[in-house]
Parts: sequence; C-alpha cells; structure tokens
Amino acid sequence: MKLTLKIWRQKDRNDKGKIETYPIDNVSEHMSFLEMMDVLNEQLISEGKEPVAFDHDCREGICGMCSMFINGEAHGPDRGVTTCQLHMRKFNDGDTIYVEPFRAKGFPVIKDLVVDRTAFDRIQHAGGFISVNTSGNTQDANAIPIPKNDADKAFDAATCIGCGACVATCKNASAMLFVSAKVSQFALLPQGKVEAQQRVLNMVEQMDKEGFGNCTNTGACEIECPKGISLENIARMNREFLKAAVTAE
Amino acid sequence: MSNVLDSKIPEGPLKDKWTDYKSHVDLVNPANKRSIDVIIVGTGLAGGSAAASLAEMGYNVKAFCFQDSPRRAHSIAAQGGINAAKNYQNDGDSVFRLFYDTIKGGDYRAREANVHRLAEVSANIIDQCVAQGVPFARDYGGLLDNRSFGGTQVQRTFYAKGQTGQQLLLGAYSAMNRQIGLGKIKMYNRHEMLELVVVNGKARGIIARNLVTGELERHSGHAVVLATGGYGNVFFLSTNAMGSNTSAAWRAHKKGAFFANPCYTQIHPTCIPRSGDYQSKLTLMSESLRNDGRIWVPKNMEDAIAIREGRLKPTDLKEDDRDYYLERRYPAFGNLVPRDVASRAAKERCDAGYGVNKTGEAVYLDFDAAIMRYGQEKANLLHETNASETRIRELGEAVVESKYGNLFQMYEKIVDDNPYKTPMMIYPAVHYTMGGLWVDYNLMTTVEGCFSAGEANFSDHGANRLGASALMQGLADGYFVLPYTIGGYLAADIRTGKISTDLPEFVEAENDVRRRLEHFIHNKGTKSVDHFHKALGKIMWDNVGMARNEAGLKEAIVEIRRIREEFHRDVFVPGTINEFNPELEKATRVEDFLELGELFAIDALHRTESCGGHFREESQTEDGEAMRDDVNFTYAAAWQWTGNPQEPVLHKEHLEFKEIELKQRSYK
Repeated sequence: MKLTLKIWRQKDRNDKGKIETYPIDNVSEHMSFLEMMDVLNEQLISEGKEPVAFDHDCREGICGMCSMFINGEAHGPDRGVTTCQLHMRKFNDGDTIYVEPFRAKGFPVIKDLVVDRTAFDRIQHAGGFISVNTSGNTQDANAIPIPKNDADKAFDAATCIGCGACVATCKNASAMLFVSAKVSQFALLPQGKVEAQQRVLNMVEQMDKEGFGNCTNTGACEIECPKGISLENIARMNREFLKAAVTAE
Repeated sequence: MSNVLDSKIPEGPLKDKWTDYKSHVDLVNPANKRSIDVIIVGTGLAGGSAAASLAEMGYNVKAFCFQDSPRRAHSIAAQGGINAAKNYQNDGDSVFRLFYDTIKGGDYRAREANVHRLAEVSANIIDQCVAQGVPFARDYGGLLDNRSFGGTQVQRTFYAKGQTGQQLLLGAYSAMNRQIGLGKIKMYNRHEMLELVVVNGKARGIIARNLVTGELERHSGHAVVLATGGYGNVFFLSTNAMGSNTSAAWRAHKKGAFFANPCYTQIHPTCIPRSGDYQSKLTLMSESLRNDGRIWVPKNMEDAIAIREGRLKPTDLKEDDRDYYLERRYPAFGNLVPRDVASRAAKERCDAGYGVNKTGEAVYLDFDAAIMRYGQEKANLLHETNASETRIRELGEAVVESKYGNLFQMYEKIVDDNPYKTPMMIYPAVHYTMGGLWVDYNLMTTVEGCFSAGEANFSDHGANRLGASALMQGLADGYFVLPYTIGGYLAADIRTGKISTDLPEFVEAENDVRRRLEHFIHNKGTKSVDHFHKALGKIMWDNVGMARNEAGLKEAIVEIRRIREEFHRDVFVPGTINEFNPELEKATRVEDFLELGELFAIDALHRTESCGGHFREESQTEDGEAMRDDVNFTYAAAWQWTGNPQEPVLHKEHLEFKEIELKQRSYK
C-alpha cells in the first residue's frame, strides 16, 4: 500500500506544533499501525531526520502506553483495540491518514504524539486502593464468597488499561469512565466497601482538580474504549458519589 | 572451585529453614526505618510489591520506572495465571508438591531452599491479592476457581480470564498508590537507571536519566533493589515489551554482580507465528489454552504441503489424518507438557516438514473438541436433550469465550482469522529468561546492598520455568521475601545516616554515563539502532535459540563481537541528550544487549549438557529428549565481569539436592 501520513510534530511542551506530511510506500496489510510507524521512523533516520516520538511498550494491547488519535478517533477506526493492535488492513491503498496526540487539558503534550498522563496516576493516589498492608496474615482467600456475577462485573471494570482514549474522545475531556472503572471495581466487592464513601469523594475531587470535564452522557467514550468499559460504571459512580455526599459527616 | 559464592542457605531441615530464618533475622525498629532510604528500580510485580511492602513497613522508598506509569510494567501482559499450593480443588496439592514440580520442571538446576520458600509463601499471595480487591475468577458458589498449567497434574492455577498479570499488577500498583499518596514512596516515572553507584563495596545509589528532559540525576539509598525483568529482547523478537531491557542488571554486573546461567531461556510454545521482516514483536497466546486446545499437524506430508499451498483447509482433515504429536509422545501429560518440551516437539515436526503456514513454521492449536465437549455439558445443564450439533457448538463457543475471550479476540485482530471456526496457528517464541543476576538466599547479589527480585534474578526456576510461576515468584519476592531479608541487611546500617550524592563515586558514575551518551550523539554513523538490534537478534535466534551446538555457538560469539564493533563505529542516533529522545534510549539498551549476548553464548558453549530450555544437540537421548550431565553440571554458573566481555570468569555454585532425587525428567 501507498499512504500519505499527516502527523502532528511538536518539539516540546512549549512548542506550538504543526502537521507535517510524509509519504510512505510498501506498507503491508499485515503490519500493525505501530510497525508502519517504525518503518516511517527508519526511513526518517536514514534521511538524517528526527523520527516521530510516540509512546508504546507491550504491543499487545494491555499496557495502555500507546495512544494516537488516528483520523479523528482514539486508537483509530477499528473497535476494541489499541493502536498497537490496529492493523493496516483496516486502511486502503492511497489513503491519507491524520495522526495526532490525545488532546486534553489534563494531558499536556511532551513531544510529537507523546502526552503526559500522570494526572491519571494522581487520581489513583487519591483513593484507588484498598487499605490493607502486606502481612501474610490476611484471612484465607475463600473466607468471603463473592457472588460470581459481582466478581465478573468487578473484573470487567478492572480491565481498564488507563490509556486515556475516553478523555481524548470526550468533547468535555471528561475522565469519568476511567475514574468510575476503579470506583466500580471496589464498590462491587465486599473488600472495598469499608472505604467506599471516602474513596469516591477523594477520587472525584482529584479528577476535578486535574482539569478534566464533566460527563454529559454522550457515550462516545464507551464506543472508543479499547477494552469496552461500560457506561454503567459512570452511573454506578454517580450513585456512589451521591450516597457519599449526602451521608458524609 | 572458588569460595567466592556463599548462598547463605540457613541450616536446618528444608521445611523449617524459612520459618526459623524469619524468627531470627535482625530487625530495624520503626524509628530507624524512617531514616533509611531504599531505591527500587522496576515496578512490575516484584518491584511494585516490594516498593509497597517496604513503604508500609516505614522505609523511605524511591521507585523508578521507564514507562509513563508504574502500571505499565510488562508483568501487566502475563495472561494465564498464578500458582499457589492452596489445594482448594482437593486434588492432592501441597507445598511439597509445588516445590517438587518446580524443581523437576526446572530440570534440577534450581536451588532447593529458595524454591521451597517460594512454595511456602505461595498461598499467602492469593490471600493478600484477594484482600487488595484483585478480581480472580470464581465459581457459582462464589469461591475461587482454578485451572491447570503445564508440568503439573493438579489444578493450582488462580486466574482472572486471560488478564491475570494485569489484575495482579494493578493490585500491586494500588498498594503503591496508597503509599505514594502517603508520601512514603517517591515515584519517578519516565526515568531510566543507567548506572549503579558503589561506595566502599556497597551499593549506595543509581544514576538515572529523566527521559522527558534528558537530565542525569543522582539518587542515593542504603540499599538498591533491581526488579527490572528479563533479557529476552536480546533476541530482538520476543514476547517482551519493546522497552524491556537488561541495562540495569548489566550495569550492576559490570560493577561486580555475578550474572548466573544467562543461557537458560524459555521459548514459549504457543505464540502467533511471525509474518514479515517489519515485525517488531511476537504475541503470546497463553499456555492456559493448552487446557482445552489440542496441538496437531497433518499426519501425511502431502496434506501438509496442500495446506501450505492453500489447497486444503485444516477443518477438511479427518481425525485419523491428524498427528496429535504431544498426546502421542507424552501420554501422561499430553498437551500439558512443560514449555521447553512442547516447543522442541513443535520444532521437530516443523523441521521434518509438517509445518502448516507459508513459512513452514507453525502448528495447529485446535479447540473444536473442547467446544463440542463444553457445548454438550451446557446443553445437559439446560435440559436440551435433543440439541443439534449447531446448537451444541453455539453453546460451546460461548463457554470457550467466557474462558479465553480476550485471547481469541487478540488472535483474530492480529491474524484476521476466526479461531472459533478454524484452528489457531502457533509457533514457539522467546518469552522468559530463567538466568539473571546471581543472588543468595537473601536475594542479595554479589554487590553488597544490591538486591535483585523477580525475573531479573536467577534463583527459582532452574533451566525451565513452569507456567504461572513467574507471577508467583515476582510477588513472593516483593511481598514476602525482601521485606524480611532487606531488614536483616539494613539492621547493620542504622547509624550510616543520609548518603550524600556529592561523593566522588556519584560524580564519577555520572561522568561515565554522560560520556556514553555523548559518544552516541556525536557518533556520525549511518545505521539505526534497530539495524544492529535486528542483526544481533538474528544470530541469537539462529545459533543460540531452541537448539544449540558447538560450531554454531562459536560462530555466534565471533559474529556478536563483529556486530558490537560495527555498532560503536557506525550507529546513528539523532537528536540531543537533553530532550525526549527514544533513539538514544534504545542505543544504551542495545549497547548492553550486545555485551550480554556474548556472555549468553559463552555460557551456552561451556554447558555441554542439555537441560530444560538449554538444548545442546550433542547431548540428547535416543528419542530426542534433553539429556543432562549431572556429574559435571549440577551447578549454577555465575559469571564475573573482568572488564573484557571476551574473558568472563566462571564461578560455580554447586547445587545440593537433599529432598529430591535427581532423575531424568519424563512426562511420558
């Protein structure tokens, strides 16, 4: 395949940045999108030019490191995949492809397609845990049976990879899907109940501080989420938040 | 041989060693812990759990990862599960049996005392993770579910669909987050350790590069823990993450930490076959799939050729025309033989000409029987006595989806083929490295105060790791071993006080790093870093891969030296030091891989026996199984850096087996 790439180049956080055009030839349909970017970078290096910086690591859709806004969609046109699992067979010979970073106030650009997502970490520091020390003396794992349905739902919420596609997709740059996934995981499990109220209040407070917007029920995040995290989680977080806010001392 | 190596295994009966150790190890009181700093490099299962636990105990922890968040460490990609001797399934499991399986699975090349301790703490890991809210799979009674992994005959593997590593790592990450919020862990994201700082023979800090600004930073601590994973990326193509590297371990090696058994590499049997030259990594399909998938190739050569040429589909082949070669060769363990055995068997069939994809390097992993079996069970459950084959298949596919859904989806996205309808194609790929920094019973390397945990050390898996044991070892080291052993070391360090980063050793180490970086930036070469990494990977795979022989290894050593020389002369690294520069990051990693690769080949050449993942063609039984040489090789090979990569010095830790009789491993 022959493609025209229009890629966002930005030297550092303070640079204004702009779209550059790169033609690329001999793209195989079996390549992943990132492998296509590798080929482009090899080409740029051989011309003595600066390669395009992008985040990536596991390349199997689980670490959450890769991002990229491809033709106006987080992780590109395929569904249920991250950019590293997007394959070139989803594109056609002669296509022009726009590649931009995930854009949000909470995600400042570091370089080219690389953004700073540490705001997500800070939200987790505020409450994304159960307060239990390592001891070797916690009770036996089977001491509390957990209904399979609850365990499965908690698991589904816990599969969030923290990539930030929800934020990049949302017109309000809201992080509600991300935050609600962690709130839901623990709210559904008996172990997480003890601190549930404080957790949701703290995490939401930090989320607001980081400059993420509010949810207006568009639902685009759920569609673009590579892991299919459900909007139900946002509804559950809102219930948890309301409950906590009403009863907080 | 030398007495340099002291494994510090406690006296007493094997089953009491750890308990007695814990009762007598020196402690650090809470007030003193507050004035002790511990540096932890790597935030996967071992590093993350160690950071959280040590911070909970009161130490000041500084944790480092090169990714943008500790949650992205490559433990996240572990799929299948974690072993623990809980015996919830009442199938005869016990601490001894897990210990025995691990020693046997490692082909009798691991240290008994460490492995027994691992089996002892395994049950606590599950309790700890459940308490943290890790959502393991459960049955309808609400209790934890288990499955089987290779090399065992019990069901002791706990899992969370195909994302067990993710859930366990997010558990450790959440425990870290609590301590970061409390200020007990200072987290350094996007930082890479480039040098270990040794002061008066003790590890006292690191030089790290801030990968966003490019700045070099000095960090001091009373102990340094390296939990930086394995070195599988020396092969360029592996199931490791793109950033996984050996640099932290290698830098420690060059400062005096011995490197043990580098040639012990795990080639995982079930990975998606490679498709082209542009390929950047290989994708694993979890071993858990071998619970339900049957592995086969065509029985007749004509069928294999017809399949390769696209004239025949696998589903066209009758049962009698298929060769379920693992079930045929190993009736006792069938498709669940250990990884090294399964990988070699696949290579044997493909080398013989029965491979099923265009390159001839693929075998089938078939779920049809499982789909029909589960479908029938489900139909019985629903009282659908007259269910049609289509209906049974539909029900069966739903059951298989609930067990392995994400893996099937991943396969379909990469290969563009539906594994519910046609068998998956798989082939072995580099996955895990059993070798690593030599550590004693305390997990301390031969550099005092420098500890190593998880895949980065060599201690628990011998020459082959069993499935679902990496997660167990990482968390055992971090949650339950290091918190004790590091205290025993630090108890003697309570009067030291804050360690200054102005010491000449820090200045010198930083200057060394700067010189290395400047060399790359100012080198006016013509080829990219990846060019050299690929060249190294090819020679490693061809000559130091699944089967090794003397001539090939000697050739590899010469070739690696040549590539290394050319790399330093002709590599081109764009950009500058003081900026976000991924090519520069790659350059320092490949620089270290090029030295490690040579040691790897030297180790493989010296060990003329076959054992576990190390297969020397000169040492095999009549039916092609690995043949050990216990008289000459019952030791761990610990290599010392001498300043010249061509002349490492070998030290041997003789392995004593008191509880287990050494036998030829058999899964027949």
